[in-house]
This record gives sequence, C-alpha cells and structure tokens, in this order.
Amino acid sequence: MDHLDQLEQQSVYIFREAFRHFERLCMLWSIGKDSTVMLWLARKAFFGHVPFPLVHVDTSYKLPEMIAYRDKLAFEYKLQMVVGQNKQALDEGDTFPIKLGKRPDMSKEEQQQLRTACCGRLKSDALGATLHGTGTRMRLNLETGKYEVDPDKQPYTGVIVGARADEEGSRSKERYFSPRDKHDNWDVGDQPPEFWNQFKTDFAPGTHVRIHPLLDWTELNIWEYIKRERIPTVSLYYDQGAGTRYRSLGCGPCQSPIKSTSKNVDDIIDELKSGALKNVAERSGRLQDGKHGLEELRRKGYM
Amino acid sequence: MARPDAKVAERDQMNVVIVGHVDHGKSTVVGRLLADTDALPQGKLDAVRRECERTGKPFEYAFLLDALEDEQDQGITIDTARCFFKSSARDYIIIDAPGHIEFLKNMISGAARAEAAVLVIDAKEGVRENSRRHGYILAMLGIRQVVVCVNKMDLVGYDQKHFEGIEREYRAFLESIGAVSPRQFIPISAIEGENLASRGKKTPWYKGPTLLEVLDALPKAPPKIDQPLRMPVQAVYKFTKQGDDRRIVAGRIEAGRVKVGDKVVFSPSNKVSTIRSIEGFNTKPRAEIEAGWSTGFTLTEEIYITRGEVMSHVAKAPQVGTRLRVNLIWLGKKPFVSGRDYKLKLGTTALPVRISKIHKVIDASRPDRSTGELRSPERSAGGQGDPPRVPDPIIGRHDVADLVLELRQPIAFDLTADCEATGRFVIVDEYDVAGGGIITEAVSDDLRDLRDEARTRDFNWVPGGVTSAERTARNGHRAALVMFVGKAGVGKHKLARAVEKALFGEGRAAYMLDGTNVLLGVDNDLWVDAAKSELVRRFGEVVHLLLNAGHIVVSTTNTIGLADATAVQALIPDAPLVLVEVGDGSGQACDLLVSGDEPEAEVVAKVRALLDARHITAV
Ligand SMILES: Nc1nc2c(ncn2[C@@H]2O[C@H](COP(=O)(O)OP(=O)(O)O)[C@@H](O)[C@H]2O)c(=O)[nH]1
Repeated sequence: MDHLDQLEQQSVYIFREAFRHFERLCMLWSIGKDSTVMLWLARKAFFGHVPFPLVHVDTSYKLPEMIAYRDKLAFEYKLQMVVGQNKQALDEGDTFPIKLGKRPDMSKEEQQQLRTACCGRLKSDALGATLHGTGTRMRLNLETGKYEVDPDKQPYTGVIVGARADEEGSRSKERYFSPRDKHDNWDVGDQPPEFWNQFKTDFAPGTHVRIHPLLDWTELNIWEYIKRERIPTVSLYYDQGAGTRYRSLGCGPCQSPIKSTSKNVDDIIDELKSGALKNVAERSGRLQDGKHGLEELRRKGYM
Repeated sequence: MARPDAKVAERDQMNVVIVGHVDHGKSTVVGRLLADTDALPQGKLDAVRRECERTGKPFEYAFLLDALEDEQDQGITIDTARCFFKSSARDYIIIDAPGHIEFLKNMISGAARAEAAVLVIDAKEGVRENSRRHGYILAMLGIRQVVVCVNKMDLVGYDQKHFEGIEREYRAFLESIGAVSPRQFIPISAIEGENLASRGKKTPWYKGPTLLEVLDALPKAPPKIDQPLRMPVQAVYKFTKQGDDRRIVAGRIEAGRVKVGDKVVFSPSNKVSTIRSIEGFNTKPRAEIEAGWSTGFTLTEEIYITRGEVMSHVAKAPQVGTRLRVNLIWLGKKPFVSGRDYKLKLGTTALPVRISKIHKVIDASRPDRSTGELRSPERSAGGQGDPPRVPDPIIGRHDVADLVLELRQPIAFDLTADCEATGRFVIVDEYDVAGGGIITEAVSDDLRDLRDEARTRDFNWVPGGVTSAERTARNGHRAALVMFVGKAGVGKHKLARAVEKALFGEGRAAYMLDGTNVLLGVDNDLWVDAAKSELVRRFGEVVHLLLNAGHIVVSTTNTIGLADATAVQALIPDAPLVLVEVGDGSGQACDLLVSGDEPEAEVVAKVRALLDARHITAV
C-alpha cells in the first residue's frame, strides 16, 4: 500500500460512513480538481455509483467550459445533479462585473470590496439557500437532458466538502466530520473530539455536519491521483500555448491564470515537486481572496 | 526541468503529534524544526526577526508560527495545527496539540491520527501535570512510538545529571501506568537548536541520536496483515436501481487478510458464508486482499447480515459478550454517570450501553492519587453521627476511569491487546462523542455458556441443499421468533395462536411452538426438578431448528420465565426476536406492549406492522 492508496482508502471509509449516517446527504461539486477527485472517490466507495446528489452553485460567471464538462460527466456517470443560483442578485444586476462595467474607474480597494460582496451573494448566499432548500434547486433530468425545478425542498443534513488541510490555516483545524450550528457557524474552538475513526454522526435538529474526505490530501497528492486514475479534468488547468494556466478555478471575471508552461498532468506534478510554486499561494489567482472575504466564505463553507 | 524531489511520491509520510505541558517549548521545537529543515517560505524567518527587533520584543519561534498562520490566510501551504516538513528520509506532518487542559479534545483528535509522538518536558520545570496526563493518553490511544525531548537544557547548564534525573522520573511514571517505554530521551535546547536537526556541541556527554535522526529511524507501523482477519461490516450495498445486481458486503479490513474461497463468519450473528469475489471500482481484479483496504465482497451463500457485524475466519473469531472491562477517558461537559443509557460505538456497531461497575477513577496526571478502590472512606455530607461511606466515584471531564460497561445485546469485540481496531470504542452522549477507551478484559455474564454453545454449533453447522436466502425468497419472509411475555392469565396463549393463524392465512410459514409440547417430548428424560436452565436450553435449541427451517415461530414464556427470553435469544443470534409484552408493562425492554383487554384483531395488526417494520415480512 503506498501513500496514495492510504489516502484513498481513508476517503472511501469516510464516504461510506457519511452515506450510512446522513439520510439527507449531498456533495458539493465545484467542477475543480479537488471535488472531481472526490467524485471519483465516491465512485470507488460505492462500486461505480454515486448514490447522493451533487450540488453545484452556478454564479453564471463560470467559464463555459466548466459547465459543459459538468454536464458531460453528469450524463456519463449518471449523476443526480442539483444546481443552485442566486437568481435575484443576477436579475437585479447586483454583481461585481456589472457594477464595474458601470463605473470602470473605481478604485482598487472598492473593486476588492465589491468582489467580496459579490462572492457573498452569488456563492455563499446561493449555497446556503440551496442546502437549506429555501432557494430554487434545479435538477438535471438525465432523460430529457434539461434542468428542471427540483420538487425536493428538504434541507441537507450532511454536506460533503472537498476541503484540504494544506489549503490554509483554519482548514487544518477541521475534523473529518465537523458540526455546523443552526446559522451554519463553525465553532472552531469547541469541536467534539475525533477518536480513531469514530466520527460525529449524531446531530441536533436544525444543525448539520460538514464531511471532509480530502482533509489529509495535498495539492500534489490530488494531481498524482488524477494521473494514476486517469481522471478527466478541465483543460483550463493546462497551458494551451500562452505560457499560462489556471491553478484553481473560479469565476471568469475574478481569476487570473498563473505563469506556467505545464501542459499536462505530468508537467504539473513536476512543477509542484520542483518547489517552483512553493511561495505562491494556491488560490493566489483568485482575486476575491482578500483576507476578510475569505474568512466569511470559509465560514459558510464555500470554496 | 530540474527535479530535485522527483521521488516524493514514493517517499514515506509520517504523522507525528507533539505534546507536552504548556510553555515547555512545543511551538519552539516545531518552529525550529521547520526553520532547520528549510520548510519555511523564503525570508519568513528574517522578516519575523526584523519585526521583533523593530518592536523591541525578544524573538520567539511561536511568533513565527503565528506569522505563518496569517500567511495561510492568503493560502500558503503550511499550517500550524499541522505543519509539513521533509527530512532526507521522509515527509512529516507535525500535528500540534495544545498543551492547555481545555484543549484536551484537540490533543486527542490530533494524537488519534498520529503514528508517533514527541513529548516535550521543560528541563527546568521538570515533569508537570500535563506531561503525565499526555503520556497516559498516548499510551491509551495506542501510540507506541514516543520520543521525549528534555527541552531548555540551556537553562540548566546542559547538566547531564539533571537530564538523567528527569529521564528516570518520567520512565518510572510510564512504567507505573504500564505504558510502553519511550524510544529515546533527548537533551535539547530548541532555542539554541541543540540536538534537533543537528548535533549540538554543548552536550558532548550525550551519545544518542538527534530528534530528526530518531524520527527518521522510527519504523512505519506495519499493516496488521499477520493478525487474525477482522472486518467490521460498514454496509451491505445493492444498487439495483442503477442496474447493478451485486450484493456487496463492504467494510475496511482492519487486520489480517482474506481470499476468494475463504469460509468466513460474521459475529455476533454467527452466520457463515464463503467469499465469492472481491469487488472494487477501477481496480484490477484481485483474489486476495489485506488489512488497510476499504473493500467489498460478494458471498457464495447469500446471508442476511447488517452493519456492525465483524467478519473473521472461523478459527479465530472475535469474542462475543455483553460486559467489557475498559479504560476510558471522559471529555464530556456532563459527567459519565450510572443508571442511564449512552451510545457505544465500536468498529461499525452502535449499541446502548451503561456503566455496570466503576473500579476506579484515575487522575491521569497523578495516577497514584486515584479515587475509587484506592480512595479512603470519606464522610458523607450528612450529620456528624452518620457512618462514613465511600461515595460513588464520579467520572468527570478529563477523568480517566477503569470500569465495566454493560450492553443489553451481545457485541463482537477483541481485547485491545489482541486487535486495536475492534478493541477500542467511543461513548456518545446526546449528539457528541464524549469519551473513548480501550477494552482490557472480557467480563463473563450468565449467558456466556449458551452463547458459546450457539457459536460452536453454528460454526460447524452442516448446511442442507437449500440456503436460508432461498427459503426467504420462496417464503417471502425471514425466519423470526415472536415471543409473548407477561404475567400468567393475561391471555398470551390465545394471542399467540391468533398471530400464527393470521400469518399462516397470508401464506407465511408460521408455527406456534407451545412450551408444553417441548416438555412432553424433548424434555421427557428430565426429572421434574431438573434445572430450569436445561429446560430453557432445550426449548431454545428446538426454536433454533424451526428457525433454520425458515419459520416464523410464535411462542409464549408460559413454561419458561420472562427473564429466560434473553437466554433463548443467546441461542438464536442469527434470527430476530420480537418481544410482545401483554399487560401493563414489567419495566423490562420489549418491542411491543399491549394490554390484556385489547381486541385480538388489533393485537394481530400491531404485530404484523412490527414484523414489516423489522423487515421480517416485507423483505
Ligand atoms: N531558554 C530556553 N527557552 C525556551 C526553549 N524552548 C522554548 N523556550 C521558551 O519557552 C517559552 C514557551 O515556549 P513555547 O514554544 O511557546 O511553548 P509551548 O506552549 O509548549 O508551545 C517561550 O518563551 C520560549 O522562548 C529553550 O530551549 N531554551
């Protein structure tokens, strides 16, 4: 058993525990490399099947390629695909790109503030509403190929999230099963203990539990696993000849590629191992990550 | 492209937890290790030093860790609760466990994932409360590889005698609690970098390895392949809706190995089957699999098993019982008290449990000052004249206790010394894990002999040509025992007959077994004053045969006593027992309580609903 096997086997165990204990279980799928590895691990855990819905929050600013890839995999893997969106904010034009379009001369600080606020609405609020069932959920009908309003409005009580401990500080304090209270708050200081593989699977009404099968994985592990298992990924991660690529995927207007000539999975693995990115934050290409914005998003579990 | 670390993927990784009394220097040790192994972002160390100079504060490595935490908010991949660094030998994750007692939960969560521990003791302050408590907990969590750093040697002039004194004291402590002896005691100064990543010049008398050398030399715990097979069943999957007809028994193999064709037994139900295939997704087909894998199997003879059972080979099955002597640490806000149920989780099973007897409550920081058996009698709070009495020991927050737990139903387990994964458990209070512990001894109960009889019988059972799954498919129901209990004269017999008739009328294989008929024949050789236990045993074995034939057996406790229903249950671990109490409730646990004057039809309807709910009928 090598290290990747160990990580994989622990994740599979966590998936099965989650499926067993949460009748209202879902998994967040951002289409990025981490949650796509999670999707693969779910298929490992359930022998090729994914027996719970996948939730994607569509800000409408995702690169079109991501949406195409999402739906392609949804059909291929027969996924229960649920999509949430903050329609109100979009209808009212309450987003960063639209506001910037109206006042292109705004200061950098103001832009930063608006970016964070935009994430709050299009991601956090939309996610909250989708998970709680207060917002409209659109569900992919695999027969017609269309997204239809999901009649299911029950809240999810177990939410599988692709957080990794090596991403940033507070993540390292997560448990595999982390409780969130009625207001989706996470009390970092007072988490129940996690002995061995006995997780927090009992929860009070109104609260829910975040489940983190990737907690022990690093960015390098993710890419090594993608290579080993030949997991399909979005081409945005690779340099298409311009000498740049995306290291982490977000919304079109708020992300910039990093300088890198990695053209395929092998190149990325080499690049990570070489230490070339050691002093560059993984999400540094994501412009909304001002310190405080991130705090809030993290608390809500969006990322 | 240069590939200095091209081999990273094949390198080992080890989780190490760092513990010790607050202020003994954990952060400094970690900071120093990160700095000395070049694990810090460029210029970080200098920046923090400059900042300290500017503000006139003395430089602290702890500031470095704080600064890293700030840094992490922008995403750099280092972290303080878990720090990553590499030596030439392997990659490390250091799990920083807070030294404050309020953070004991976090320390345990960190330590429960670690393969090795570094315990830091301040040379000047010496062994303190949490040095001992943490040592105790590490031992209980099963962490066998412990390295002790005696830190701040600079403050005691790098004195050899002083170091040896602390080593002696701490070794004696660990010995007194039966813990594994540490690999190494190392005199270090985290501030001066002595004996951490490189050998110091100030301790010429110390001939042992540096901290990094000791860590690099720690063997990875070998997977437990050579132990007897243990796989707690996590779930039985059948994704029929997705067009998949495989019935897969899934779980992680915690110990041992198993191959296609092996005969396996599931405890506590004693059901036996044979491995037909090993299942997986996007993996090569395999004929054998071993400890560490979260896998799944199809079985040759389909048997009805559920989550929580432990799969093993027949020859080395786990123990089965209801009473466990354990060592436990309690972390709940409310104390762990007698007289009420908690939930015990062991492997993949979860069952109600309560305290049976507290042997002693140990103060983990001073095991010599424990309460319970060791405590001298105290005066009660009452008046002067009251006789002295020993109050019940209370298991409060952060206490460690030696006690006996009692379950209502038998559970499959091992002593922790025999198999860790099935020899440890947690206790859930309301919604949270509030304590955890290890099993040190199996305590016998009254039914042990009957259970042993059933096990030997079931493991050696000679199956006929028809499997129980085939019987279930044909009959449209599983075998089960419906037992009416209650005082004499409440009409149990009449109700039992009505249930039998109703089931039979629906086309079920139902049979009413009257105890008198067993007395008349099977018990004919027994004297009138024969031991009651023998009557119960024979009755149970007759029930077992009928269940094996696939019947729903309906019976009453008319000829045996109510308490004996559990004895009968011990003989039929593989079939559900449905207890219907007639009367106004004896206070004993039952599945259904009906009053004596309820119309027969209503009682029958209730029993029917219960059989559906328990998936006995409605399979
Ligand atoms: N003289 C001396 N002081 C030390 C040494 N290691 C740590 N300290 C000091 O001890 C104090 C507590 O250290 P810290 O690492 O924060 O302890 P923690 O609470 O165990 O993480 C700090 O003021 C450190 O500077 C050492 O080797 N020598």
